[in-house]
Amino acid sequence: MLEAIHGRKGLQLTLGFLLGIGFGFLLQRGGATRFDVIIGQLLFEDFTVVKIMLSAVLAGMVGVHALRSLGLARLHPKPGSMGSIVPGGLIFGLGFGILGYCPGTAAGAVGQGSLDALFGGILGILIGAGIFAAAYPALRKPVLERGDFGARTIPEILRLNAWVVVAVVSVAIFALLYFLERSGV
Amino acid sequence: MDWLNWLTMERWSPYAVGIGIGVLSWLAFLLSDKPIGCSTAFARTSGMIEKAFRGAGVDEKPYYRQFAPVIDWEWMLVLGIVVGALLSSLLSGGFGLSWVPPLWREAAGDSGVLRWGVALAGGVLMGIGARWAGGCTSGHGISGTLQLATSSWLAVVCFFAGGIATAMLIYRVWL
Repeated sequence: MLEAIHGRKGLQLTLGFLLGIGFGFLLQRGGATRFDVIIGQLLFEDFTVVKIMLSAVLAGMVGVHALRSLGLARLHPKPGSMGSIVPGGLIFGLGFGILGYCPGTAAGAVGQGSLDALFGGILGILIGAGIFAAAYPALRKPVLERGDFGARTIPEILRLNAWVVVAVVSVAIFALLYFLERSGV
Repeated sequence: MDWLNWLTMERWSPYAVGIGIGVLSWLAFLLSDKPIGCSTAFARTSGMIEKAFRGAGVDEKPYYRQFAPVIDWEWMLVLGIVVGALLSSLLSGGFGLSWVPPLWREAAGDSGVLRWGVALAGGVLMGIGARWAGGCTSGHGISGTLQLATSSWLAVVCFFAGGIATAMLIYRVWL
């Protein structure tokens, strides 16, 4: 039944759109589409972004692993290598600190009327993605494939039952959120 | 609390918002067999634009053979984000056209051209970095970490390390 739903192309495009509407609504209502909130997070003055992300990861992690244990969902961890994740992540971070939006929150910021997100952020990300596509053949072997660790999850690497890691990460997230609330940020 | 009031209030608790996003990720895995992500849609769009100018040969570029320049589930998701944020900001009264965010104005003045140029430069770096790392704050930062993917936990550390260092340098040292 689920397989049949997954295979229906038009339905999937509609589902993507509907989930996006929910995602955009929540990001905007949470304040995460605001430049001031994102930069405030990077400057440790406003912890909204971290609170949203940690509670999303906590709820998502428990639910998605439950769906998986029930045989209703499969995981799709992204592959990675030191040569892709570390330099790519740091360049992303540089852009994050300068732009003050990320790709998803820039789209949300466009919806709330932020023109810098549209003509700066969205346009810039499109140009950057195009530059990367052009550089990809030259980067692939010497950089991107260096230190490949595959599409593995932390439980797979540690050879632990996924639920053990889910439990440990849940406790850590709770502790961190509790600490943030206690320190009044 | 009356639900209409709730629908029009300016901000929701970050915990309610986060849990809501977590629930959306359950639905994405269950109904679409996909994690929520954003930056691949930008790569596909960039390919579509290039294709409009340079023709079908663009499909043969090694990168676009992996990420075909077509409208897919994730592309519709990003379009949905724009619509969802528009709805939210219209309902709460937070919608407003602006070039310069308040915090930027405080630090660097109210020149829209300066803000545009800086945002564009930041966007270019972000586009390169997101595709280099194979994901962004959604695909790695939320969907990848919730799957306990090794690549994504490392990526989110690098995103924030780079972002914090850059923001500190700009707002604490420069401006």
